[in-house]
Amino acid sequence: MVRHVIAPVDELPPGTRKFLTIDERPIAVFNINGEFFGLLNRCPHQGAALCEGPLIGLATSSDPGEIEYTRLSEILRCPWHGWEFDIRTGQSYCDPKRFRAKAYPVNVEPGSAVVKGPYVAETLAVSVESDYVVVDL
Amino acid sequence: MNIQFRDRPEQAPAASVKTAIADCDIHPARATPTELGPYLAKRWHEHLQTYGKHAYQGMMEGPPYPKAQPNASRRDAYPPEGGPQGSSLSFMQKQHLDPNNVALGVLNPLATGQGIRNQDLAGAICSAINDWQIEKWTARDSRLKGSVVVANEDGVAAAAEIRKRAGDRNFVQVLLLSRNVEPLGQRRYWPIYEAAQEIGLPVGVHAFGFGGNPITASGWPSYYIEEMVGHSQCQQTALASIVLEGVFERYPKLKMVMIEAGFGWAPSLAWRLDKNFERLHSEVPQLKRKPSEYIRDHIWWTTQPMEDPERRDHLFELIEWIGWDKLLFATDYPHWDYDEPSRVLPAGVSDTNREAFYLGNAKKLYGIA
Repeated sequence: MVRHVIAPVDELPPGTRKFLTIDERPIAVFNINGEFFGLLNRCPHQGAALCEGPLIGLATSSDPGEIEYTRLSEILRCPWHGWEFDIRTGQSYCDPKRFRAKAYPVNVEPGSAVVKGPYVAETLAVSVESDYVVVDL
Repeated sequence: MNIQFRDRPEQAPAASVKTAIADCDIHPARATPTELGPYLAKRWHEHLQTYGKHAYQGMMEGPPYPKAQPNASRRDAYPPEGGPQGSSLSFMQKQHLDPNNVALGVLNPLATGQGIRNQDLAGAICSAINDWQIEKWTARDSRLKGSVVVANEDGVAAAAEIRKRAGDRNFVQVLLLSRNVEPLGQRRYWPIYEAAQEIGLPVGVHAFGFGGNPITASGWPSYYIEEMVGHSQCQQTALASIVLEGVFERYPKLKMVMIEAGFGWAPSLAWRLDKNFERLHSEVPQLKRKPSEYIRDHIWWTTQPMEDPERRDHLFELIEWIGWDKLLFATDYPHWDYDEPSRVLPAGVSDTNREAFYLGNAKKLYGIA
């Protein structure tokens, strides 16, 4: 596993997402209310750019007429067929047994740790004063 | 190791050149509401401004059920220059035609004059759409072919529009929708079939339409998902009517394409028709053959949205009944229920059948060399 430094934390404020390619893999990193999530930008269903889809909540129902809407902004909906995936785990809600979106751990690390490495950040200048978003893959 | 930042992800370059395909259901859109203006007479500009459009359905504009994605289309298909999905030729080329190696793309415009009660206006808008297809699409990309859209409830005017396009190779079919004021085998629609047979174009019947009837045979359902599965119900009604009214006896060279309504139901409908035909033959003496025989001989089927049973042998059995020579691959680009060409057909199909499915059948039916 290689740890990739992708951006200073300030460049990825809550509600934004960043698209990048690492080792020829299209990745998207999301900041949702200060939490960071990484996903492969390819829908396991038919291959769409999954991470271009809207973030929605999870509608569940215990009985007809009883609807709960929870986990606001934590469900990613594919821009093609609307398949829903859990941003935390990549789990599919349409067909969890056959399909899962590839999720990558994302963390915030202080510049002092990033400078020591081992990290990969060829296009970023890293300073000890800042915090950085780091993707593991 | 390299990290690239970019505004929006590009489609990954294909590892190798993909096999050429036909896409028998592409939906072109207008970039602006006024784009049709140059193709409409001034009289209709004024009419639209003064009176607007009066539709068969209750909604003034748009479909009876709101769609699950904006414009019922892929969210990644907005052209960079603006406008709705499917409204830019250059972006369609870049996002779909080029990377998927589409050798033949059949345009099926849905927002036309069909469904407008004023038949003169319906005809004028349909004719404008046909001119627009040539000027905006087919004249600029020879891979694309148009569909002649017609004022479907006015068979005589529709037939005149079809004959007007005789011999024009910008068009490869006549396009109807499945939901009309009456089932599609009724005699009011016969002039359409007569003209299509005469000029040698197949008639495509695409799901949707504006007859004013509910999507189901038992009233208006609650959900969009019910409309989505209801399309096969409407298509079955249309097909049964066409067969039982004797359309194929009257127009024996007529070919028809069932577009975007599934094909998994074809065998069961045919079996049920045959079973009843044995007992009720005297009611429909115009039929000289079993209903299933007309269906097998005269009907082609586009694939999207592809039937997707858990077991692939079930799919193969269905296709066995229909015939590998009767399926036409389609994506429905740019609509949201788009089928990705590389993900549609499971393993275990012979090269011959695969080629027919993706390209050969369409070229043969639509007369493309």
